[in-house]
Amino acid sequence: MTSAGDGTQRIPLDPDVDFGPADAAVPGHGQRRTRQAEAVIVVALACGGVLGAVSRYAISLALPTEAGRFPWGTFLVNVSGSAALGFLLVLVIEHFPRGRLARPVLGTGFLGAYTTFSTFTVEAIDLVRAGHAGTAIAYVAGSVFAGLLAVWAGMRSARIALRAERWLQEAT
Amino acid sequence: MTLSLFLAVAVGGLVGAPSRYLLDRAISGRTQTNRPWGTFVINLTGSLLLGFLTGTTMTGHLSEVGKALLGTGFCGAYTTFSTFSFESVRLLEDGRIVDAAGNVVMSVAVGLAAAAAGLAIGLAT
Repeated sequence: MTSAGDGTQRIPLDPDVDFGPADAAVPGHGQRRTRQAEAVIVVALACGGVLGAVSRYAISLALPTEAGRFPWGTFLVNVSGSAALGFLLVLVIEHFPRGRLARPVLGTGFLGAYTTFSTFTVEAIDLVRAGHAGTAIAYVAGSVFAGLLAVWAGMRSARIALRAERWLQEAT
Repeated sequence: MTLSLFLAVAVGGLVGAPSRYLLDRAISGRTQTNRPWGTFVINLTGSLLLGFLTGTTMTGHLSEVGKALLGTGFCGAYTTFSTFSFESVRLLEDGRIVDAAGNVVMSVAVGLAAAAAGLAIGLAT
C-alpha cells in the first residue's frame, strides 16, 4: 500500500494517545509531557469531544432510523469520520509535524467522539432481536468494510494532495 | 426539550472523549503488545454500557435526557469507530494481516456480544 520514506513509519498504531516522538505519552518515546501540558491537552480534547458528540446527534436527528431498517445515520457518521481521520493524520503528521493541538482536538476529541462503536453494536443487536438478521449482517459487514476503505482513501487522498502541493511549490 | 437533549449530549461528550484518552493511555502504557488493546477494551465496555442503558430505557427506568447524557453523549463519545478502523488499516499497512484480521473480528464479535449482554441485563432490571 505504501513504501518506506513517504512518512508511513512516523504514523503511530494508536493515534488516540500517541501524538508522535516529540511529545508522546507512550513509554520509550522520549520526554513525558508536563502535568500542565497534559491538562491543556485533556481540556482541548474534551472541547473536541463536545463538538463531535453534538454533530453526531444532529445527524442522527436529520437521518432517523426506522425500526428494522438499515441505520444510515450511524453508517454515514462512522464512514465519514474514518475517512476524515485518515486524511487528518497523514496531513498533520507529514505536513504540520510541529502542531501539538490538531491531533488531540480534531482526531482524538472531535472525530473520536463523532464516530461511535457502541451505537453501531447496539443497533446491530436491535436489528437481530427484531428479526432482521440479514439487515444486521449487512450493517456490520458494510460498516467495517466501508470504514477500512474510508481510512485508506482518506490517507491516500492526503498523500496525493501533499505530493501535488510539493510539485506546485517546485514548479511555481 | 430539544435544547436539554443537545446539552445532555454535549456534557456526555465532554466527559466521554477524555475518558477514552485517559483509559487508552493507561492501557497502552501497560501493555507492550502489537495489538491496539486500549481501543478494544474501550469499545467493549462502551458497548456493554450502551446495551444496558438501552435496555433500561426500554423498561422505562431511564429518561430521554438520561439516555442522551449517558448513552448518545458519553458512550457515543467514549467509544470510537474511526480509531478502530484506522488502527486496523495501520496493521494492514505494516503487512500484519493476521493482527489486522484478529483486531477487526475480535472487536466486532466481542463488541456485539457485550452489547447483547448489556441489553439483556438492562431489560432484566
